Amino acid sequence: MTPEADIEIRITGVTHRYRSNVALESILLDLPKGQLVGFIGPDGVGKSTLLGLITGAKKLQTGSISVLGGSIDDAAHRRLICPAIAFMPQGLGRNLYSELSVRENLEFFSGLFGQGQEECDIRTNALLSATGLAPFEDRLMGKLSGGMKQKLGLCCALIHDPKLLVLDEPTTGVDPLSRRQFWALINAIRAEHPRLSVLVSTAYMEEAESFDQIVAMDGGHVIFQGKPAELKGQDRDLETAYRRLRAHDGFRLVSDQAPVRQINPNPVISARGLTRRFGDFTAVDNVDFSIHRGEIFGFLGSNGCGKSTTMKMLTGLLPVSSGEALLFGNPVDARDRRMRRDIGYMSQAFSLYGELSVHQNLQLHARIFAIPDREERIAELTERFGLAAHRDTLAAALPLGIKQRLSLAVAVIHRPRVLILDEPTSGVDPEARDVFWALLVELSHKDLVTIFVSTHFMAEAERCDRVSFMHAGRVLAEGTPADLIAAEGTGSLEEAFISVLETAEKPAPVVAPKVDFATKTKVTGQGIGRALTYTRREAVEVVRDPVRLAFAFLGSAILMLVFCFGISLDIEDLEFAVLDLSQSPESRAYTEEISGSPYFKQTPPLISATEGRRRLQAGDVSMVIELPPDFGRKQRTGEPTQVLATVDGAIPFKGETVEGYVAGLHQSFLDGQSRTKGEHAVEIARIEPRFRYNQSFESIAAMAPAMPAILLIMLPAVLAAVSVARERELGSVVNFYVTPTTRLEFLIGKQIPYIMIAYVNFLLLAAMIIFVFDVPLKGDPLPLALGAFLYVWATTSYGLLIATMTSSQVAATFATAIASVVPTIQFSGLLQPVSTLEDGAQLIGSLWPSSYFLHLNVGAFTKGLGWEALAPDILALACFGPALTLIAALCLRAQEK
Amino acid sequence: MQRLSCIFWLGLKEMMSLRRDWVMMALLVWSFTLAPMMEATGVATSVNNASIAFSDEDNSPLSRALATAFFPPEFQPVVQIEPGSGPAQMDAGEFIFIVVVPPGFEKDLRARRKPEIQVLIDATAMEQAGIGASYITNILGAEIRRFAIGVDLVDPPLVDVILRSAFNPNRDTVRFAGIVALIGQIMWLTTILTGAAMIREREHGTIEHLLAMPLTPFDIAAAKIWANAAIVLIAASLSLTFVMQGALGIEISGSKGLFLFGTALFLFTATALGVFLATIARSMAQFALLVMLIVLPMLMLSGGETPVEGQPDWLQVGTLLLPSRHYMAASQAIVFKGAGLETVWPEFIWMALLGAVLLATSLVLFRRSVE
Repeated sequence: MTPEADIEIRITGVTHRYRSNVALESILLDLPKGQLVGFIGPDGVGKSTLLGLITGAKKLQTGSISVLGGSIDDAAHRRLICPAIAFMPQGLGRNLYSELSVRENLEFFSGLFGQGQEECDIRTNALLSATGLAPFEDRLMGKLSGGMKQKLGLCCALIHDPKLLVLDEPTTGVDPLSRRQFWALINAIRAEHPRLSVLVSTAYMEEAESFDQIVAMDGGHVIFQGKPAELKGQDRDLETAYRRLRAHDGFRLVSDQAPVRQINPNPVISARGLTRRFGDFTAVDNVDFSIHRGEIFGFLGSNGCGKSTTMKMLTGLLPVSSGEALLFGNPVDARDRRMRRDIGYMSQAFSLYGELSVHQNLQLHARIFAIPDREERIAELTERFGLAAHRDTLAAALPLGIKQRLSLAVAVIHRPRVLILDEPTSGVDPEARDVFWALLVELSHKDLVTIFVSTHFMAEAERCDRVSFMHAGRVLAEGTPADLIAAEGTGSLEEAFISVLETAEKPAPVVAPKVDFATKTKVTGQGIGRALTYTRREAVEVVRDPVRLAFAFLGSAILMLVFCFGISLDIEDLEFAVLDLSQSPESRAYTEEISGSPYFKQTPPLISATEGRRRLQAGDVSMVIELPPDFGRKQRTGEPTQVLATVDGAIPFKGETVEGYVAGLHQSFLDGQSRTKGEHAVEIARIEPRFRYNQSFESIAAMAPAMPAILLIMLPAVLAAVSVARERELGSVVNFYVTPTTRLEFLIGKQIPYIMIAYVNFLLLAAMIIFVFDVPLKGDPLPLALGAFLYVWATTSYGLLIATMTSSQVAATFATAIASVVPTIQFSGLLQPVSTLEDGAQLIGSLWPSSYFLHLNVGAFTKGLGWEALAPDILALACFGPALTLIAALCLRAQEK
Repeated sequence: MQRLSCIFWLGLKEMMSLRRDWVMMALLVWSFTLAPMMEATGVATSVNNASIAFSDEDNSPLSRALATAFFPPEFQPVVQIEPGSGPAQMDAGEFIFIVVVPPGFEKDLRARRKPEIQVLIDATAMEQAGIGASYITNILGAEIRRFAIGVDLVDPPLVDVILRSAFNPNRDTVRFAGIVALIGQIMWLTTILTGAAMIREREHGTIEHLLAMPLTPFDIAAAKIWANAAIVLIAASLSLTFVMQGALGIEISGSKGLFLFGTALFLFTATALGVFLATIARSMAQFALLVMLIVLPMLMLSGGETPVEGQPDWLQVGTLLLPSRHYMAASQAIVFKGAGLETVWPEFIWMALLGAVLLATSLVLFRRSVE
């Protein structure tokens, strides 16, 4: 037993559920100080959940975890100790920023821990040179190889000199040489800092042999804790020992036929000088190999070494840059559908439809291949691949091992002669892998299917008939596993691969980074520093993302043009037609009164009322005037008569405008008539409409200054919301969970660039109003400038608030767009002045920032108002920003659920 | 035949997938129920509940009669304000209209001195100001004339104009706003659904899986297009029946079948737009931003929100190339005016041609992007 004083982490009764799935159940564990503790087991046994809980990245549900002398569930303690913890989450570079360079990534993490520039430089340089990343410090993280991403992730974790280092599957998908170097680096660091505790999870059991302690997990339980040697006991290796501990899932394959080797001189698949370039990057470089009928050919290499690209070229998914890929002696042709019937392809990761059931997936593929004996084939595969029990389960809900079997069943449903499998078993537990390989062997031996499979598991490579080592786009060696081991004179295939790699590329020597600790200085104003660190990073990311950048700056300008040109309400040149049944000078005078105005344009006269109706219906005319047969006679004799004006009322706004025009023109006809008759003034009183603020009553003068109110809420809110949702979707939000960053620092830091972008947008829109639309700024610019700043603060905060409630970028975008545009149009007075709204709507309007900004902007531009009249709006706007930011901070989760 | 069957089954898969995507389902339901209802009933584009004040410096029987001539729902009850306080109250946005009756108005009228009434209008209240001004002028004019005829100042006019509002005798705005909102949602949703389905396929890596089977890029896109078009067509016809006709009580003058046929023609354009945007966007988030930048202008310029006649001449020619404008025009003719195929066929031809061009372009681009 570990003495009480040496216990760093104590886990008692921890149970964790994701909805109804139990990820961890009643975990009881003590972890010692200053040791390397490994958590082993395949995907989905609860390793990541447990590490997430220990670091505080995930919120504890039940039980308690004490870390570095206090409960991790206590927010105050968590803040206190998080500078001492470093967490590198699962997935290579998942917490790093692909748009940032290597150095910028490190500077970001350094800033989060409040290091000064000098300290940051010293530490960064030490880490970069120790890991051999120094020559690549300006390369974008997204462009690094897997091994380099892993090293950068480690550097970022070590930048603040932690006491507890937590690494979740740091070596998955990395080539064996990089993996070996990684462990050498960890050991060197531990030698330098003996008090450093390291927790690490891994799916490669063979790595765990050198750990101080291991915790073996299965199905949310700890099934073993102790030294590796104790677990291994009499067994050949840790994997065998692990299997012994586990319960079996029942499905066993009986068939185990002896291999039938018939090497056919004509290869099924062959590649000659196969090369693929992406721009100036060569992904696959002059690769040659040939695969024979019924053979299992393995491709061994790290992530990003060109395995998938080679396979895609063989399936015809990617055209070759040079060289040739032959299938049954014919060049691979993407357009040849018959050739594709010979190939079964299983792409990397699970690529079936998770939202369809197992049976539906099989049905869909059977139908696409038009298999004649569809039902029998599906039944056969369901039986043979052990899928019967899961027939109606959604594919997304299947355990990983069964998903892989389903993928394989789908890939062979059309009885292909060639099977191309791209890393089919990554993340699957050992038994499931065995079952999967038994199926492959059966397919190869019984059905004589040629199988081309890629993997990064050595144990799998050993089962292949022949393997090929691939690295950085080139095939380094090829042969049967036994031949390769013999050729390199090593004890295992892994060592053979490492030896080949070392010959090809001299590895950098491993040293622990030497940091002069005396430079560690406390920087004051850490909170602001952390917020600004986020600001800097966010700004760099936006600047490097062309679509977001275009949206940020061009979006508002384009929409402004569209709105202002498109939503003009000044209607002129409306087409009308006359049905003149009178054909008299008087009736013609009436028609001229109308056609003479700028509002109307006459179209050919009508011959019947039916025709008028038809033309109204087709939208050729907006109004039809009907003058009765006795119009002229009655006019002359002074009898009262009537004119019928039929207006197209389908578009209410247009119809009412036309009616207003007609009534006015009719009156002016009457006035003119009495004038010519010399009658005593018909006009007894004048009614003088005076359009205030906008004498000529051009709609642009009212429309243009109103538009910023909607544009400056929609676009900035969406951008701010996307920035938060994006961080959550890509996984980098974990940096906020496990560093000393507070919720307000995180939000305000991310908000600042968007406030600036939105403010530049405001200036742009204001300039457009003045120079493009010729609407002068009549009022005081200063209150307007201040109010606009407060408004964009409020709108970006609103975006953050919505983002805290949505889970994906898409949901955030649409939810924010709807939730910002709808209230602005309905309640802020954009189309309908606030004074005309019902009481309830007015109340909502008074709680909505756009109402105040609309009044402010229109007031300053068109009404010519100054400080005094605008002060109430500014005061109201000043409340929204801080209030919304605070609410968003309250709604933001500081830990993952 | 085999290809058609593949396209059919892939499309069916699309529908099953959508059923499990709750974000899209929520968007679908919202877009065809609450969103058009809110739009239809929320904003009145004509004069409605307008705020009006009287600054009555005459206080005569005539001026008092004028103030009682304004009724809801067009106007709020008239508020009497202190003479001279009007401009300040208008600055604060309290009233859109202020009628100023000068001292001795009635006396001057009887003496044929042509007194003048001023109507102050807040010209920043765009949609209300113009129509409201002519309403008020007409109401005041009619009232004064009636008074003048009553006291024998003038003879009744010889010619009267009878205004008839064709297709919409009650000047109902809900019908118009409701149908325009529905059309807008059809456009949004189709583009979003189709594009999102394309991107989801790419992000999940299933597109490669499909391309490794005996399917062409055309088959994949065609499956998405028919499936999403069918989903939207079904949703739109349900919304037309239950939300438009049912909940909002909107009367459809023409043939519902013809409207849905026009919708189906338009859907080819909208789905093609979705495929196109999905091809150029690198991620779902970029797609969402692009949709907002492209679909919003197409809707604003379609003639639904404001009349096409209000656009500058050059823009009126340009918007002829927008399928949304033809769809809007045809729909309005069918739904509001009861037009038949003999009237709307030119719009249908436009839609079919533009849709075909856009669809062909986006298919070529999509094909290039996956190869």
